[in-house]
Amino acid sequence: MSTKQNISLFNRKLALQAVKDSFIKLNPALLIKNPVIFIVAIGSLLTTIVVFAGIFQGNFSLFNLNIAIWLWFTVLFANFSEAIAEGRGKAQAESLRKNRTQTIARKIEGKQEVAINATELKKGDVVVCEAGDVIPSDGEVIEGIASVDESAITGESAPVIRESGGDRSAVTGGTKVISDRVLIRITSESGNTFIDRMIALVEGAKRQKTPNEIALSILISGLTIVFLLAVATLPAFFSYSLSASGLPQSQNLTIPVLIALLVCLIPTTIGGLLSAIGISGMDRLLQRNVIATSGRAIEAAGDVDVLLLDKTGTITLGNRMATNFIPAEGVTVEELADAAQFSSLSDETPEGRSIVVLAKEQFNIRGREVHQLNATFIPFTAQSRMSGVDFKTDDGTIHMIRKGSSEAIRSFVQSNNGFYTQKIQDIVSELARQGATPLVVAEDKRVLGVIHLKDIVKGGIKQRFAELRKMGIRTVMITGDNSLTAAAIAAEAGVDDFMAEATPEDKLRRIREEQANGHLVGMIGDGTNDAPALAQADIGIAMNTGTQAAREAGNMVDLDSNPTKLIEVVEVGKQLLMTRGSLTTFSIANDVAKYFAIIPAIAISLYSGKSGIGPLSALNIMNLGSPQSAILSAVIFNAIIIVMLIPLALKGVQYKPVSANAALTKNLLIYGLGGIIAPFIGIKLIDILINM
Amino acid sequence: MTVLDFIQIILFFTLLIGLTPILGNFMYKVFTGSKHFMLPVFGWLERVTYKFSGINPDEETNWKSYTFSLLMFNLIGFIFVFLIQLFQAQLPLNPANLPNVSWHSAFNTSVSFMTNTNWQGYAGETTLSYFVQMIGLAVQNFVSAATGIAVLLALVRGLARKTTDHLGNFWTDLTRSTLYVLLPLSILFAVVLVGQGVVQNFKTYDTVQTIQGATQVIPQGPAASQIAIKQLGTNGGGFFNANSSHPFENPTPFSNFLELLAILLIPAALTYTYGKMVGSTRQGWTIFAAMLILLVVGLSISLYAEYSSNPIFGHLPLMEGKETRFGITNSILWSTSTSAASNGSVNAMHDSLSPLAGMVAMINLMLGEVIFGGVGAGLYGMVIFVILTVFIAGLMVGRSPEYLGKKIQKFEVQMAIIAVLAPNIVILLFAAWASVSSPGLSSLNNAGPHGLSEILYAYSSAAGNNGSAFAGLNANTVFYNLTLGFGMLIGRFGIIVPVLAIAGSMAGKKKTPSSAGTFHTDNWLFIGLLIAVILIVGGLTHFPALSFGPIVEHLQMNNGITF
Repeated sequence: MSTKQNISLFNRKLALQAVKDSFIKLNPALLIKNPVIFIVAIGSLLTTIVVFAGIFQGNFSLFNLNIAIWLWFTVLFANFSEAIAEGRGKAQAESLRKNRTQTIARKIEGKQEVAINATELKKGDVVVCEAGDVIPSDGEVIEGIASVDESAITGESAPVIRESGGDRSAVTGGTKVISDRVLIRITSESGNTFIDRMIALVEGAKRQKTPNEIALSILISGLTIVFLLAVATLPAFFSYSLSASGLPQSQNLTIPVLIALLVCLIPTTIGGLLSAIGISGMDRLLQRNVIATSGRAIEAAGDVDVLLLDKTGTITLGNRMATNFIPAEGVTVEELADAAQFSSLSDETPEGRSIVVLAKEQFNIRGREVHQLNATFIPFTAQSRMSGVDFKTDDGTIHMIRKGSSEAIRSFVQSNNGFYTQKIQDIVSELARQGATPLVVAEDKRVLGVIHLKDIVKGGIKQRFAELRKMGIRTVMITGDNSLTAAAIAAEAGVDDFMAEATPEDKLRRIREEQANGHLVGMIGDGTNDAPALAQADIGIAMNTGTQAAREAGNMVDLDSNPTKLIEVVEVGKQLLMTRGSLTTFSIANDVAKYFAIIPAIAISLYSGKSGIGPLSALNIMNLGSPQSAILSAVIFNAIIIVMLIPLALKGVQYKPVSANAALTKNLLIYGLGGIIAPFIGIKLIDILINM
Repeated sequence: MTVLDFIQIILFFTLLIGLTPILGNFMYKVFTGSKHFMLPVFGWLERVTYKFSGINPDEETNWKSYTFSLLMFNLIGFIFVFLIQLFQAQLPLNPANLPNVSWHSAFNTSVSFMTNTNWQGYAGETTLSYFVQMIGLAVQNFVSAATGIAVLLALVRGLARKTTDHLGNFWTDLTRSTLYVLLPLSILFAVVLVGQGVVQNFKTYDTVQTIQGATQVIPQGPAASQIAIKQLGTNGGGFFNANSSHPFENPTPFSNFLELLAILLIPAALTYTYGKMVGSTRQGWTIFAAMLILLVVGLSISLYAEYSSNPIFGHLPLMEGKETRFGITNSILWSTSTSAASNGSVNAMHDSLSPLAGMVAMINLMLGEVIFGGVGAGLYGMVIFVILTVFIAGLMVGRSPEYLGKKIQKFEVQMAIIAVLAPNIVILLFAAWASVSSPGLSSLNNAGPHGLSEILYAYSSAAGNNGSAFAGLNANTVFYNLTLGFGMLIGRFGIIVPVLAIAGSMAGKKKTPSSAGTFHTDNWLFIGLLIAVILIVGGLTHFPALSFGPIVEHLQMNNGITF
């Protein structure tokens, strides 16, 4: 499954396409979306004009040509970073969409069935799908039940059941029906399915900037204006200084030098990489099989500080497991285990299977085939609230073994003229108090004992929650259990809070309360009744197995339907914001060194008298070779730093779940201090190379 | 430097730090409408003021009305001061029979006093009557400082409150800060100053025969009352042209020390008030610490530059332009404080400072007057830098940036950028214009890089609403009066309006409770970050211009060349 693999950072084909796209993106209409790089492009153009004008006037300047070339490279490198990020994102998304392109839909028109191209489907159309058909587009099952192979999008090979009504009615375009027949109402027009939307999010033309990205663009545009002012007014100050040093005005700063200074000062690094960072954030979500319906969502994910987590599937393994047999007075534990296993042999529920396994593990009681023992399996019903077996012994009497809730078994034994002792009731109460589920086993009128069924908390989840707490994220467990049970599991799993006996309304209310207190809430859900809560939450992740309503309400869809995904999504969001902040800091910190390269270079002649080397050469602390090589080195450094940081922009800065202060200190040392020091070294090295 | 110099500097900062929470806490009580000890003294006056002007002190407004009231109030103040200068010859209290002021000088002066700049293109004793000084300028000294406090209060409320559009009542803020803070402090201070020998009278100027036999006119006037507020309100406009080096303005070492302290007192104390109002005094101390560090570093560089030897004078102290009564340390402590605090009063000629000390003063202006800065103005300017710092660095913790629980988004960044741009536009564009145009250049008295420094200093002073001058520049010309006047307007309202807009937008937001995942803005790391952002964003812009001015001058001085 292609989505499971990481596309290598500079895949040859993608890189070639990106190179091509870098030139296409020189189109001014596209460039203007990135004001910083647009300014660089204008500067490149002006410098190029100066070079050609020089050629026509017969005084060609190699220096100006070099500046022009490297300025164009700066623009191209910035374009390349965006193109490669787009390419990777699209490749990731295309592999999801591939399956669907040639699908023929069997549309129902009146009573007739018409075969049309899947791309021509409209919202509200009804199509029929039978075993072997590929589902043409996202939709909802309105009639029938079918097993569907969703491996094309989830990578999970086991087929899933999709049926009308209930919480499992949504189907995704590109998946395949492998049994039975269903009618599907199409809910997304072609080009507007989740995957299409995801592709739109990474594609340049349609990509909407996210709120934080917009704010950051404004900041760097503002800084650009500040530096534009500083550079634009420089010739005036320079002119004054030339007169004061008795030098001719013809020595005033040339356009290429001014543009070189401007480009070095404005935040081109972050300006060039900003969109690549955003796109690769989407891409990292896709790698985790999560589809976001808006770029805003992934940013909000980083801000989420309360997570509502369903107990089942997220915190516990999802099923209660038998962990212990507690026999009644006068009954051996083996006898209880044997009866319990016998009654569960045909019980296909996870609880039932766990009883069989436990009896085998603890007492080596082997499983038996029910029909060989003249036994009939009595399944669980909502009325009886117990299950078990009836079997005939050799003497012809019929015995009944039942397991079920204490109330159900009490009435069962009493109806058989048996006693339900206080001792048993005490065991039951004690287990309930511990948060476990007691299952009482009885044979005819005799209570044999109690099976201890317990929610098993997932391994490692406690540590995960501790990490989240360190990051300042509070976890709230949501469960339908009573508060006793909920409290016990909450304590075991280490969540910060829990909601017992939670109804969908409770969830919605809780989210609103948290939000009113200024928190941002993330949740994951699947059912129709989760839809309002998913819509209300700042991050609502709908499971792909969930209903269409849930999927529409949330702002992300998890194709794997894995509830722990929520935590990963938060991490992706945080990493995205960190990457942006780190590269912005790096970019701004770079300016210090560039001043020390360029100012002494342009001002060397001022107040120099006869020597030609003025006092401001004292600022040349890097001891760069010549004024021209100093300016060129700064411009070259400024261009290639963009390329060098592309891998970082695509992969994101290293992320660890630590407190805000720890993360800040670390990133500040690397990108802040590093941002001040790196260009000093880089510019010096380039200068040495140029002067070799 | 002598031990006494060090003792004085240490005493100065100890007092400043010690008085900050005391005055800060008092102002907190005043601005939040709590009970305080000045209430019985001036409470009646507050009530009368409201009754007389029909203000309901409890009625709060949104940021737009708040801004409108503020702008209207300032506009009326400007027109009034402008007109009384144009007609001062016809107005009373003009014993020296001074003529009407020229329109451009009147424009410049009224803008200057309205914007808390107190740039003086004129010489007070030979230009303005007692009437203009008292009814016009002294009143503006009070209300321009109170305006700064009002803007700060609106901003603080915006940060402290949540999901509301109420930012307070401009008239209430203006009245309370004037009546309970500025007025009592000024009265107290003026009385002390009179005790030290500062003049306070309505006498006609004395004409005396000097020992050499020459005739000298000795100006008089109600100086003490105006000097008190000019120091406390970070105004800086002297009663006499020589400002605080004049013996009638600053007669004794003790008056010098007090006037020095008064420069920084209210801006420093407001950081404590700020912390208290946003619910964490640590936040206030953090900002105080960043300001103090920048001030002390600047002071150290200046003192080093002044006391170190140079090839021209050797080890002789550089006494040119300094008042011998005060000496180097007091002059430098003053020049650093007055430029940092947007005060602009001087007790020495900044023009004569060594190049590096002059540059420190200039950088203090160029950074946007945020090192304590003007009353109210310094702190709200600093909060702009705090917002930028939080926005740039806050992302590095993996959350979208927030300050005091408020998300910083597109609008706040936009406004913060405008506020940073406004003074920079003034400094760079006007100074560039002046340095290449004949009306700009013809006012220069000095050649070479020093001339450029004079121009840069003048526009930085206007943009930062400081008001001190590098002298050496004849600024009372149409060109300078107008460009500096507009510079002061842009530097003042180009920040006030965006700040109030931020206040309005912040007030409407929810407040995210602090957690381990929050970017903390009250620790040493943040202080370091804030200083770095101020220096890089606020300062680096001016590095090219500075290198053609004071830096080259300093390097040339070491080569034995002066200008």
